[in-house]
Amino acid sequence: MVTTLLSDIGSLWAKYGTVYLTGIANTLILAVTATVIGCIIGFFCGILQTIPYDANDNILKRILLKLIRIVIRVYVEVFRGTPMILQAVFIYYGLPYFFGVSFKDIWTVSIIVVSINTGAYMAESVRGGIMSIDVGQFEGAKAIGMNHWQTMLYVVLPQTLRNIMPQIGNNYIINVKDTSVMFIIGFSDFFAVHKMVSGAVFKYFPSAFMEMAGYLCMTLLASFLLRKVEKKLKGKSNYELVGEDQLVMAAGTYSYPSEAGSPFDEVNKDYKGENK
Amino acid sequence: MSEHILEIRHLSKAFGSHAVLKDIDFTVDKGDVTTIIGASGSGKSTLLRCINLLETLTTGEIYFHGKDVTKGKVNASAYRAKVGMVFQSFNLFNNMTVLGNCMIGQQKVSHVAKTEAKQRALFYLSKVGMAPYINARPDQISGGQKQRVAIARALAMEPEVLLFDEPTSALDPEMVGEVLEVMKSLARDNMTMLVVTHEMAFARDVSNHVVYMADGVIEEEGTPEKIFTDPQNQRTRDFLKRILNG
Repeated sequence: MVTTLLSDIGSLWAKYGTVYLTGIANTLILAVTATVIGCIIGFFCGILQTIPYDANDNILKRILLKLIRIVIRVYVEVFRGTPMILQAVFIYYGLPYFFGVSFKDIWTVSIIVVSINTGAYMAESVRGGIMSIDVGQFEGAKAIGMNHWQTMLYVVLPQTLRNIMPQIGNNYIINVKDTSVMFIIGFSDFFAVHKMVSGAVFKYFPSAFMEMAGYLCMTLLASFLLRKVEKKLKGKSNYELVGEDQLVMAAGTYSYPSEAGSPFDEVNKDYKGENK
Repeated sequence: MSEHILEIRHLSKAFGSHAVLKDIDFTVDKGDVTTIIGASGSGKSTLLRCINLLETLTTGEIYFHGKDVTKGKVNASAYRAKVGMVFQSFNLFNNMTVLGNCMIGQQKVSHVAKTEAKQRALFYLSKVGMAPYINARPDQISGGQKQRVAIARALAMEPEVLLFDEPTSALDPEMVGEVLEVMKSLARDNMTMLVVTHEMAFARDVSNHVVYMADGVIEEEGTPEKIFTDPQNQRTRDFLKRILNG
């Protein structure tokens, strides 16, 4: 059985290998682009939603900010609360009604749909991420004269980004898989290839097997890369002292002694002195 | 030299129906080191936060060089750049190194060129003894060191007044000294400072003006000699007796 499966996969690969690879490429390009744009939308919504206002601000500013929050709220609820497959159809066939234009380019529509869908989820993630930042960070930035945008851009969002990296990873992986629903408007992603190939040669299981393996490879690679990015965002675990004050035994500069211990090492009771 | 740097007039602040500050009046002149003392909950910190516009006043005015900064037209950010603040909880930016913390405000708020910002940051960091640590991140240094960096960050903006909100209250006892030492050296350099503190020795020996607050009002103010040796108000006497003997 295993041998038949392998030979089936072999023959499929020989005949349709490049088609599968193109499918993978399309899926990855769509997922990456839409996740990046979705993140930008999410961060933008996050900043807009957290602009502070109080009773002392003028009425116009308050109304405007309130309105912005309502619009974002509606956007999030609508696009988080409906299936993406339906959103794709809705936008693809809806645009001609309102604007008299239909998108000839499936790529454009697909990127728009997946991006605004991701954006809706990211808006909430970013809002949560911003709320998790200590209020002292905002006050510290304010106290040296930064305005809301500067505070966000240089202080809060870099920390938010680090905190919500796992969520961005989640969204990316979901996008890798869920872009498969874009076949509904004719986007030829990895899953669409399966439908096309298996329909032509009736090898459903071998093709599905390849699809499973293909998707899993894509997501595992993504997880691996995200860990790397997370580690990089965390920064170095030590630092170097600059200047002549080398006697200070500060956190991070302390190097763990070898087995023999060191004369400065209070913990290592086994240290027997240099002569030993 | 008749103009005051800061002039607080009839400042009141209420959180809901709870009045925290009631009709506060006082002035700060150039070179003054003013300490605000008083029991916890007396409104000291709120007063300082109001002065830096971190809290909006309920009523009253704050004049900075004779201009009211609490009215709508004034740019709060520009004002804050000139009135620095050091917090009890340091509030260093966690995503930057010590050096970055001292440069970002200069570059983004005062639009100082990068090389100059770095020079200035290094100058003030060496002033507080933190120059060797420029590459460290805030979570890698001790509380006292963080507070010294926070002071350097505020100084790097070259403010006219520096506000200190209980700068040593969150520190382990052995780290209080290093921060107070830095503050003393600032006082010697004629920095205008407004310090909320529980360090009575600092108030007595370093400041030239002491304000005692209780229940949201200024009960008594004057020179440290007067407040510490000959307080007129019964509440001041009680407070000092409690805190100096306790």
